[in-house]
Amino acid sequence: MITLEQVWFKYPSGSLALQEVDFSVESGSFIAIMGENGAGKTTLAKHLNGLLKPSSGRVLVDGEDTRKKSVAQLARKVGLVFQNPDHLLFSESVRQEVAFALKNFGYPADVIETQVKRTLESLDLSEYADTSPFLLSGGERKRVALAAVLAWEPDYLILDEPTIGQDYQQKERLRNFILQLYSQGKAVVMITHDVEFVAECNPQVVLMSKGKVVGSGSADRVLSSDQLVEKASLVKPQMAKLFARLKPQGFPGDVVDVHRAKMLLEAKLVEVKGSVPQSP
Amino acid sequence: MSGSSEIIRAERLGFKYAGTDKPAIQNVSLSIGRGEFVLLTGPSGCGKSTLCRCLNGLIPNFYQGEISGDIMVDGLSTSKQLTSELSRHIGYVFQNPENQLFALTVEKDIAFGPENLGLSRAEIRSRVDSAMHVTNTVGLKDLAPYELSGGQQQRVALAGVLAMQPSMIVLDEPTSFLDPKTAEEIMSAAEQLRQDQGITILVVEHRLDLVARYAKRIIVMNKGEVVADGGLEETLDTQFEMLTGLGVGVPRVSLLWAMLRRDGFVTGRVPTHVEEAADSLSKRLGN
Repeated sequence: MITLEQVWFKYPSGSLALQEVDFSVESGSFIAIMGENGAGKTTLAKHLNGLLKPSSGRVLVDGEDTRKKSVAQLARKVGLVFQNPDHLLFSESVRQEVAFALKNFGYPADVIETQVKRTLESLDLSEYADTSPFLLSGGERKRVALAAVLAWEPDYLILDEPTIGQDYQQKERLRNFILQLYSQGKAVVMITHDVEFVAECNPQVVLMSKGKVVGSGSADRVLSSDQLVEKASLVKPQMAKLFARLKPQGFPGDVVDVHRAKMLLEAKLVEVKGSVPQSP
Repeated sequence: MSGSSEIIRAERLGFKYAGTDKPAIQNVSLSIGRGEFVLLTGPSGCGKSTLCRCLNGLIPNFYQGEISGDIMVDGLSTSKQLTSELSRHIGYVFQNPENQLFALTVEKDIAFGPENLGLSRAEIRSRVDSAMHVTNTVGLKDLAPYELSGGQQQRVALAGVLAMQPSMIVLDEPTSFLDPKTAEEIMSAAEQLRQDQGITILVVEHRLDLVARYAKRIIVMNKGEVVADGGLEETLDTQFEMLTGLGVGVPRVSLLWAMLRRDGFVTGRVPTHVEEAADSLSKRLGN
């Protein structure tokens, strides 16, 4: 478990980025941190793997204070994938990039090879194994950065804006990947603006605004609440907007994903068609 | 030439980057009229960004490789113009504004382009003021770009482009680093520029939901070629399977409708936005 206790953080420039944040990530949990640009989400993420240490309060990773551990020690447990892949990538080929950390952790060559192959396959990157990461498109580089961290299978995976530049199929793949990790008991924390992606993944949502946690709950409850969505400068997912308008027809108010929406509408349409003559 | 109603004309355009063995785009023919709001989409790696680089002359002037076919922008042949000359005709807002801003203050950043055109002091002043006004960045003028949030940076990048008074602006996934509210602001700012100043807008996006409200036309690319080019409403309705098959992020209300229609629960055109879907459904539900 990762626990933040009354964490405050001030950047050297004096700006207060986190204020009295209490937050915990249990093993096997799936959490989305959402909020406006500059809300403190990335600063919070950097506390989870010890890249930043709190100005006051403390962060515990499996019971150990991050101030007493190096980032290298924490990295084995907590993998952070940055928003901008170019902050991470440096190797000559995608294969080397993904193998880099595994080598540093001292795994034997055959384990590294299988692990790299498996990770590249699962992220649809096999065809680029020998390509330079810098020749790839933005969306592809983003996946390489993700692969480089996933390869060592950290217990906690922190993803900063994982869906940026990804098309819908890749998002689906990412979603399945996250659900798979989550079913293996890993914890996944993603920072995202992508309300539609969150609506489909249905994680726990933590809302941040101006350095503070301003709300939390299940994705369907949070994303269908006008008040919470407003607080964190989000917009509701389309299904929530649609069902807010269909409320007079007796639908529930917390529909956020398209599959639940379809089931509810089908039932209602059948009911209506049964009693009302069909229009030509 | 610049009086022509056509701002972009590409004929059998192709480009292969140096050191790669297959072309990034090939056989691209299209025409964009002045004052259009066009959405360019397609799966990651389909050639969208390469096409955009051909529009602003980064290809072939900056990126090395083999270009084929013809491309005219605002009546100019991109290969015969300096990129700096083209920047007066076509502006480019990058996906990540961090890559675009560099000056010590917002105001200096916005003034950089016009200063390099050798304009008079008064003209520079007036362009910068007007660009800041339109993009709502006046209050930021003395701040350093790195002090700004992503949305503010993106607005400053847009202002810098506007100060060049281009005929067309390309926004390359402008909303991906932005929170949804700010993303909507940027999109509506672009639409405002189109309406008020007749600037042609081309938005590159994976997600249609933010753009569907404004774009009348959609161009879809796959594997370096244009695979669909037409009205947004009509394309979404008639080529829905193709779009989702390519991984285009169709609006969720369109997806919902298409699934209900496939299973025989509704008939009629796929809606492109929430209000339209709500009206159609309410009607069918008898209210």
